[in-house]
Order: sequence, then structure tokens, then C-alpha cells
Amino acid sequence: MIIHKIKEILIAKFGDTVIIDEELDQKQPALIIDPDLIDQVCLTLRNHEELWFDFLSCLTGVDYGLEQKKFGVTYHLSSIIKNHQIVLKTFKENDREINNLPVFKSICAVYKAAEWHEREAFDLCGIYFENHPDLRRILLPDDWEGYPLRKDYQTAENYHQIKIDF
Amino acid sequence: MLETNTYNYQEALIRYQEKIKAVAAQEMVLNLGPQHPSTHGVLRLELITDGEIVKEVIPHIGYLHRCFEKHGESLNYAQIIPYTDRMDYLASMNNNHAFVMGVERMLGIENNIPKRVEYIRVLVCELNRIASHLIAIGTYGIDIGAFTPFLWCFRDREHIMNMLEWASGARMLYNYIWVGGLFYDIPVGFEKRCEEFVAYFKPKMKELNQLLTDNQIFISRTANVGVLPLDVAINYGCSGPMLRGSGLKYDLRRVDEYSVYPEIDFEIPFAKGEIGQVGDCWNRYKVRIDEIEESLKIIEQCVKKLTKEHKRTTEFDPRALVPKKTVPKAQDFYVRAENPKGEIGFYFIADGRSDKPFRVKSRGPSFCNLSVLPEISKGVMIADLVAIIGSLDIVLGEVDR
Repeated sequence: MIIHKIKEILIAKFGDTVIIDEELDQKQPALIIDPDLIDQVCLTLRNHEELWFDFLSCLTGVDYGLEQKKFGVTYHLSSIIKNHQIVLKTFKENDREINNLPVFKSICAVYKAAEWHEREAFDLCGIYFENHPDLRRILLPDDWEGYPLRKDYQTAENYHQIKIDF
Repeated sequence: MLETNTYNYQEALIRYQEKIKAVAAQEMVLNLGPQHPSTHGVLRLELITDGEIVKEVIPHIGYLHRCFEKHGESLNYAQIIPYTDRMDYLASMNNNHAFVMGVERMLGIENNIPKRVEYIRVLVCELNRIASHLIAIGTYGIDIGAFTPFLWCFRDREHIMNMLEWASGARMLYNYIWVGGLFYDIPVGFEKRCEEFVAYFKPKMKELNQLLTDNQIFISRTANVGVLPLDVAINYGCSGPMLRGSGLKYDLRRVDEYSVYPEIDFEIPFAKGEIGQVGDCWNRYKVRIDEIEESLKIIEQCVKKLTKEHKRTTEFDPRALVPKKTVPKAQDFYVRAENPKGEIGFYFIADGRSDKPFRVKSRGPSFCNLSVLPEISKGVMIADLVAIIGSLDIVLGEVDR
């Protein structure tokens, strides 16, 4: 299976600590990667000639809820040439303070597709991406307060003194 | 104790504002949209222009943001289906299909779905694909300045809209494909009408090709404009006709072999560069024209199957497998499918306890396809920029979700 090969390649390159955990019993097996190495890991997976993960299908920012106190980013990579897919997950603990966002490494340098996906994750989930070229809000207005996809988000009542009815 | 980071979250915004302020005297900042008809909805492009040359394009999106993902967290799976209709509202059936397929795979019932249901799904999806491509072609013509193809495309699309309305009760937002089945079986006589439509539509496609595809004015406006090299397309996550327009034969219907597509015979059209060069606007347009032909083939085969092997019986119940309550096991699942615009994906996180997803993320093909626009429109004329936007075939309902 491709996931075992990926594990071997990553451990050989980055050491044992790069893969924190794995979810192999799922329908779509995932590797949980050290968040500080994710950009390097993606670069390796893209450039390795046996893996060739050239296509970033999806990048998702996730708030894992109030009890878990952690945020995550999930990467769905696929290879057009080799026709296989892999799920990578990263987690970081965070205290949910509005001026202390969880910080992840940006993978824009590896996949340009990540640029807008990361902006969206920043906009809606409040996840900051280090080394992102242009991390502005994308779907919401630039002066919007709060991050709506967080589980503790309080719906705004006004926007520029305009009442929000729904 | 967690460390507090010291990043300034407004830094990029300030940098952007400074850039707009620092535009040189001979340059001009021009807003294209959000009400401009050639931006296909509510896309706003901020152009930094030097005379007629576009130096930089800064897209601003989100004018049609309807919080799909937030809504998804408070609704159960069956209730989310109408929201997927409203993402890419020109290809609602395809969105329904992708979403439903994901939920069915999470429940583990994807192999139990009756073949008739699957064939009906493919049939309505392909009808919807033609409708979506007709809009893409018609509005592309009008962007370039050809008014007639627009009217012709809408005339033909109206037949599809009427057929799908007959099946589902709605003209555009169908909610027809359900988890485990369908809303209803197709009405009596639908197969016949499909055959009539195919017979009617094939000569119309020839006319359309004569009018637009081989039109010298159209070719001059689109060939060699907005060339998207294949490596850039892949790196930006472009999919669907964008990727095939750059010369790669890649279609998820064939790659993933989902639903009954493996049993159906069809080709994957891709750009060969007969006119212009591979990756330009004309080739992207041509891929869509060719895909309509292939969709017609698929429709013919589906109709044949639906009238012979999997024909209508009195005991057939398309809702037989629809679960009373959809509670998937705790898992993460990503499903992808081929929408007319490209790879549509849904990422679910199910907690295993409730019938509502913990998190649902949609990967819209238009969203990724649009993100390549600043890259391929550096240094083009403003008129060419309009041609490039049209060739991307974006639907803002899906870009903004």
C-alpha cells in the first residue's frame, strides 16, 4: 500500500518524529504529521519520483471543538500520474484567544493552489499561515471581526451599524 | 503554558492597501465588477493598468458568500443537499451526486444502490452537464461580442431545464438525488423525450460550431490568448475543462470509475491545439464543445439501459434505501467527483454520534480555477482579460459558497 511507502520515505528523510500518529483503520488512511515540518513533507512528496503528489485536492482548516482545544489543517494530496491519494493531518493546541491564532506553516511555495485555500482557512477558522505571500481575508469583508467557522463563534449583530437580520 | 505568537494578522491587508496607494501616476486602478456582466456574477477584479495593458489583477470574491459550511454543521446530511444545489447553481445535479456519493460511502451502502438509480443519476447529471456547458459557451460568445450563440444556447438549454423540471419539480435547484436513492423515479415518457432531445440537439450543435467555433472573429479573439501551461494548471489545482484544455487527458469519471461510468463508453476530450496553442482560451472552449458530444453519447447509452436492462417496474422504489436517519461512523471522508467545472470535493468529519456532520468543507472547482487568473492575465489587454475570465467558466455561487 502506498501509505507504507510514504511512511518509509518520510522517516528515512526526516527521522521518526515526523509522523506523530497514523489512522490506518479508516476508509481513507491518514498520516498525522509534525506541523513544523509540513511544508518540507509536502515538498518531498511532490518531488519524489515514485510518489509524485503534484495535485493539492483540498486543504481544510478544522476547529476540533471546545473540549479538545486544538486546531487542525487537513491536506488532501493526489497524484495525477500515479493515480493515488493521501491524507495528511496536522494539529496544534491553542487557547482560542482572538489575538493568539494557531500558527501553521504555509505550503504555498509547494502548491500554489494552497494560496486561496489557506486564505479561506484564515478567514473562516482563524488559522494563521506562516510565510504566506498574501494572507488577507477572502470570503468575508476585510474588517469582519471573529472567525465564523469556530465552534464558539457568536453571530455578529451589526456590521457597520447595519443590523444583520436572518 | 502556551506561547503567544507575535504575528500581526493585519500585515497582509496593510501591505495590500499600501500597494494600491503606491500606484504610479501613469498607472490606473480600475474596478471590473462586481456588477460587470462579463465577470459572470459578482466577481470584482481590481486591475492595475498601464494604458490598455493589465499589469496586475487582484480578484476580490465573497459577495455571494452564503455560509455553506456553517449551515452544514447545523443540518443533517439530507438537509444539506438543497444547499449543495445552490453552490454551483448551473450544475445542481452534479453537486447533489458528489455529495450523496460521499455520504453513501461513509455509510457503506454505495454498493447496494440499484443500477436503475445509478443510471438515472448519470442521465440527469449528463443532461445538467450539457446545460452547464451551454451556458459557458453562450455567455462566452456574448463576452466576445457574439450575441446569437447566447440566444441559441439558452433556447436549447431550456429544453433540458424543462425535462429536469418534469423529473424533479424544480427548474434549476433540483434536490433530486437523495442519499440512498432518488426523490422520484423519472416520469413515464422521460426516456423517449431524452431520445427526442438528442435527435433535436445534434444538428443544433453543428450549427453552433459553424456559428462560433470556426468563426474567424471568434478565433482571433481567443486563440493564443491567456495561455495556461500544464504545469501551472496542475500547481494551481485547476481541474476539469481547464486542465484538459491545457492538454492533459484527465477526467475523474474515468480515473475514479465511480457510479456506472465504467460501464459506459465515452471518450475524454482534451486540447490538441488544432487552432491556437494548447492551453489557450479557444482550446478550453473547444474541450467544452467536445464534452457536450460525449455527454450526448452517455445520455443515449443511459436511455438504452433504462428502457431495456433496467427498465421501469411497478415494484421499483427509488426511496427504498433512503435511510431514516443518517448516522455515519466516526470518520473523516473526502469525496471527489467530476463536475462540469472540474473536481468538486466534499470533506466530511463525522463524529459518529449525530446525524449532522461535525465539519463539512466543499472544494469548489471554480474557486481553484479562478485562483489562476492573476497568474495568466499579467500583461494582457483589458479586452483579452474579459476573454480569459469567460474561458475559465466560473460560477460565483460556488466560488463564494
